[in-house]
Amino acid sequence: MSLQEKLNLPLGTTVSRPLYWLLITLVGIGYLSIAHAQLRIEIVDGVEGAIPIAVVPFEWQSRADQPAVGVADVVGADLARTGLFESIPRSNMIERPTRPSEVGFGAWSLMGVDYVIMGSVKDDSSGVGQEVEYHLVNINTQRVLLSQAMPSAPGNLRFTSHRIADAIYEALMGVPGAFATRIAYVVVKDTGTDQEMFELIIADADGFNPQAVVRNSEPIMSPAWSPDGRQIAYVSFATGRSNIIVQDLYTGQNRVVSSSRGINGAPAWSPDGQKLAVSLSRTGSPDIWLIDLENDRRVQLTDHWSINTEPVWSKDGEHLFFTSDRAGRPQIYQIRADGSDMERITFEGEYNSRASVGLDDRFLAMVHSPGDNDFRIAIYDRKNGRLRVLSDGRMDESPSFAPNGSMILYARRDNGQGVLAAVSADGRVRQRLVNSEGDVREPAWSPLLR
Amino acid sequence: MNTGLRLISIVALTVVLAACARDVRDEPSAPSASSTQTDRINARDFSDARNLENPDSLLSQRVIYFEFDRSDVRAQFRPIIEAHAAYVRANPSARVSLESHADERGSREYNLGLGERRGSSVSSLLSAGGASSGQIEVVSYGEERPVCRESNDECWQRNRRVEIVYTSR
Repeated sequence: MSLQEKLNLPLGTTVSRPLYWLLITLVGIGYLSIAHAQLRIEIVDGVEGAIPIAVVPFEWQSRADQPAVGVADVVGADLARTGLFESIPRSNMIERPTRPSEVGFGAWSLMGVDYVIMGSVKDDSSGVGQEVEYHLVNINTQRVLLSQAMPSAPGNLRFTSHRIADAIYEALMGVPGAFATRIAYVVVKDTGTDQEMFELIIADADGFNPQAVVRNSEPIMSPAWSPDGRQIAYVSFATGRSNIIVQDLYTGQNRVVSSSRGINGAPAWSPDGQKLAVSLSRTGSPDIWLIDLENDRRVQLTDHWSINTEPVWSKDGEHLFFTSDRAGRPQIYQIRADGSDMERITFEGEYNSRASVGLDDRFLAMVHSPGDNDFRIAIYDRKNGRLRVLSDGRMDESPSFAPNGSMILYARRDNGQGVLAAVSADGRVRQRLVNSEGDVREPAWSPLLR
Repeated sequence: MNTGLRLISIVALTVVLAACARDVRDEPSAPSASSTQTDRINARDFSDARNLENPDSLLSQRVIYFEFDRSDVRAQFRPIIEAHAAYVRANPSARVSLESHADERGSREYNLGLGERRGSSVSSLLSAGGASSGQIEVVSYGEERPVCRESNDECWQRNRRVEIVYTSR
C-alpha cells in the first residue's frame, strides 16, 4: 500500500518523510498542547486461574536511546490488565531468551509458566524507524505460536508494543486484542471561578498520552468515533445552544454538522462512515434523523411526540437501536435504517437507555435501572432475551464496548467524582481508571485502528 | 486583563467598598434610594420592568422546579409563569430563553430531551398567557449544568429546573 493510500490523501499529494512519521505517530496535529493528568488503570477483580505468562525484556539493538518503559513492560501490562493473564515478575525469570531457540522449556515449565514472550528491537533498514521482532511460545507443547517482525515509526514504540500485545492476545484468545486503540472522554475541571472547563480528551486505551482536542467553558457531550478512527463527532454548547460538530483528528479542522432549532444531539456514525444518526428536536420533540455527511441530506426516521434519542447502529448498518419513552419510561427500541419495522427490545426494568453494540450485534450494553433509583450497566443478549447487570454503582452510565467486544468502558460516580471504569462482557474482570483531576465522563472506545 | 492590572482593580474596588460600608454605618437613619423607589411601584404590575428586580413581585422569581422524570408544571409555579407571560406580552421587545435542566440520574442525552420537555411546558404556559412564540426560546442543558453537585434528593430537586432568562427586556 502506498503512503498516499495509507493516509487516505488525494492522489498526487506528496508527503515528506518527516511529515509521514508525524502523521503516523500522532493521531491529531490539531491537539491543543495542554498537560493532562493521565488515567491509571487498576484491576479491581481478575479471573480465578489467570494464565501465567512471562514477558521477557526485549533485547535492545537500536542506536536510539532505550526508553525507560520498554516493549515488554507495555505488552505485559496490556495482557495483565485484561485480568485473563498473570505476568510473572522479572525477578523470577530464570533466563532471558530473545528467540525461541534460547528457551529452556523445562525450567519455565517447572515455574508453572504457560507462555513466554520475547524479542528484540533494532533499527529498520532506512535507519529512521525501528523494527520489533517478537515471539510467543507455548511452554507445555514447546510450539512457537507467533514469530513476527513489526515496523515502528520513531517515537512510536509504545503504540507498536500495543499492536504486539494485540497479536499475542489474538493468538491466545482467538479474537483480536483492543490494546492498540484509543479512548475519548470528557473531563470537567473546576477552574476556581464560577465557570467550569469542559475538555474532550483522547488517550491511548491504557490511559497514556492524553491530549485535549477541544476545550470550552460551555458543555461538551457525547463523543463518537468515526469507523476509521480519524474523526470524532460530538455535541458542543459553545454557541449557547447544542450543535453537532465533526472534528478531524489529523488536521484539527472541524465543522458544524447540525445546528437546527432545539436539540442537536447523540451523534453515531454509520459503519460505512457516510452518515450520522442523530437526535434532533426541530419538529418539537427529539426524533432520530440520519444526516448524509457528503450531501447534507436529512431523513427523519422516527416521528413521535416522545423523546427518541441515543441512536446506535448495528454492525451491518441495517438497523439502529435507540432510546424512547413512548411507552412511558425510557426503553430500547430498534428500527430499520429505512425507517421501517420499529420494535421495542427491552421490557425488563423501569429504565433502559443508551445502548452500545457489541462485536456481532448479539449483545447490547445499556444503562439499566430496575426501578430502585440505582442506575447500572447491564448487558442484554438478543439471542435469548436475557438481561444481566454488570456494574455495581448507583449512577453508572455511558457504556462503550471495546471494539473486540471483550470489555465495556463506562462512567460512574465514586465519592462525588466522575470516574471511568471497565467491566468484562462476562462480568468477571473489573478495572478502575483512576484520574487525579476533574470529573471524568462519557468514555467512547475507538474502533480497531488498522 | 493581565494579573497585575486585575489585582490593582480588586484592591481599588475593595477600598471603594470599604469606604461605602463606612458611609452607611455613619448615617444609619437615612433610607436607601432603592427602597424609596420600590415603594412607588406596584408589585402586581407585571408590565413594569422594575418588578423584574423587585423581590416583592412574582416577576423576580424565575426558576420553576419539577418532579423526577416529570415535565408538568406544578400549581404553585403557575402564577410565576403567568406573571412573566403578562410581562412578555406587554413588552414586545422582551425575549426569554428558557434554560432547562434535569438531575444527574439516567443517561445524558435522554436528560437533554427531558430538560427540553420541561422548557416546552413552560413555553406553552407563556404562550397561553399571551407571549408570542418568537419571543421565547427553549435551550436544554440536560444534566450538564447542575446548581448542586451532591447525589441526594435535595440536590436533585434543585437541579430539575427551568430558568427564565431575559436576553432582552
